[in-house]
Amino acid sequence: MQSTTTLLDPTAELQSAARQLLPRLQSIAGATVGLLDISKPRGKEFLDEVQKHLEEAGAKVKRYSKPTFTRVAPTELTQQISVECDAVIEGLAD
Amino acid sequence: MNQALEALPANYVLVVKKDCPTCTLIEPVIRALAGNTALSLKVYVQDDPSFPANLDGVIDDSSLEYSYQCDIEVVPTLIRLTDGFDAQSEESRIYGWDKEQWQSFTKIEGLGAELVNFKPGCGSKTQDPGMSEVLALRFGKQILQARAVELAEAEDIMEACYERGWSDGLPVVPPTPLRVMRMLNGSARDAAEIVGKAPPDNVPCTIEKIAINAVMAGCKPEYFPVVIASVEAALQDRFCMHGLLCTTYFSSPVMIVNGPITKQIGMNSGVNALGQGNRANATIGRALQLIIRNVGGGVPGGIDRANMGNPGKYTYCFAEDEVDENWQSLSMDRGFGRKDSVISLFAGDGLQPVLDQQSRTPHSLAKSMAMSLRSVAHTKLFGIADAILVVCPEHRRVFREGGWNKEDLRTALYEELMTPGAEIIRGANDIAEGIPAKFKDKMINKFRDDGLHIVTTGGTAGMFSAIIGGWVASGERGSQLTSQKI
Repeated sequence: MQSTTTLLDPTAELQSAARQLLPRLQSIAGATVGLLDISKPRGKEFLDEVQKHLEEAGAKVKRYSKPTFTRVAPTELTQQISVECDAVIEGLAD
Repeated sequence: MNQALEALPANYVLVVKKDCPTCTLIEPVIRALAGNTALSLKVYVQDDPSFPANLDGVIDDSSLEYSYQCDIEVVPTLIRLTDGFDAQSEESRIYGWDKEQWQSFTKIEGLGAELVNFKPGCGSKTQDPGMSEVLALRFGKQILQARAVELAEAEDIMEACYERGWSDGLPVVPPTPLRVMRMLNGSARDAAEIVGKAPPDNVPCTIEKIAINAVMAGCKPEYFPVVIASVEAALQDRFCMHGLLCTTYFSSPVMIVNGPITKQIGMNSGVNALGQGNRANATIGRALQLIIRNVGGGVPGGIDRANMGNPGKYTYCFAEDEVDENWQSLSMDRGFGRKDSVISLFAGDGLQPVLDQQSRTPHSLAKSMAMSLRSVAHTKLFGIADAILVVCPEHRRVFREGGWNKEDLRTALYEELMTPGAEIIRGANDIAEGIPAKFKDKMINKFRDDGLHIVTTGGTAGMFSAIIGGWVASGERGSQLTSQKI
């Protein structure tokens, strides 16, 4: 029996079957980059340094933080970031 | 030498299932054959390998592989072979129980003497509903060529289709190999056949890719011939699908189906024919849109540059009401017969009502419709956009009772729509838009020759006809109504 999780590609197969990434930014100069602190210790010091480098490269930086690293970001927060930023960098560990 | 060959035991294969009363009836016969040294017997059982009871060597065919490969339609089936048990060496077969036939086929006198003379068999399990495609996938020739997309275990199958960009925004039916096989069986066309090149990427479009997208659109296999015909129409040069897709204008394919197939597959040509609720109307129209999106690569914001689009770009397909045999159908206008099933594609927009509840004479109603038809694209733009006038049954009745046929209506509309160029040139009536000034002293018709089509559909109550305005690149330089026999 065919697995129910096999589908047939409806496209012309010009691209990889894997899910496509969103287009990357060509340049960060002039872009608004969000920095999402996942609320682990020392995240602030690390992201301060990242912000400094981004600003030197001409990006505008906005800072966000998750209420707790144990859960995924609340929908309101991801929506806010998607509206306000061109790209986001998320700190994943301490 | 010949005598020695004849002395070899004959080889037989018997296919049975326990669930068949004829198979259980002949259980003693099966044991008698198995114990007969003059022949060699193999027994395949489709449902329960403990049947027949107390018989060694029964082969479990619950996978149905053997039954499928041997094309078994009825149980019991008894096959005589000439070269060992090589299925290719089948000499002949009998099925069901016919005492005399079994005795002569096995050359055993008195076989099953105690049984009734005749009892028909049952359907083989390979014939169960939906089984043929399941078995074809498992054991048949490899027909499907499309790339298999394996989903991760945690992926939601519906969300996976969205995430890969296959959807028009609404949920799609996940195109599993089994569903695609069933769709392909809706037509006799070869899965690998290339119907044409799909714009905008200009890639070969196979029957299989059409089937995959028809599955996703929600089509039943019986709709598939209509979907194929819609693609064949769309890919004709005169329809200009590429340009239609790229335009910043509203237009997109509008599909009108004529002929016996509309009844056979249950299309709607009555109440709410251009609305929601009928699976055939809804999914046939959607299938073509998904094919352009997925096979052709025509995605809104990419090559599709419509500034607004129109809701018909999800699906825009309906059947014509052909109950009045004295009223020519659209497909007949295009040279087909009433018995032909035909799909016609028109590059069109949304729906503009023509309300007229007062006209009781053909003359008044035709003038009324002509006045409304002036609004296509812009009341001061002539000859650039075709249109379909969708006549409702009550309005058709007014024409018929007044002694008019469709040709009379067409002639009256043409005459009503002749207009002095001076009234509609740029700047006339203090409106900058209009036709070029060079037409100032000419009489101009709203529609080019063969630019106004008339079709009937809708419920029997309501004096509401409608206009489907066409693309502003109608005609040979752009798109023309394109009909394709189904």
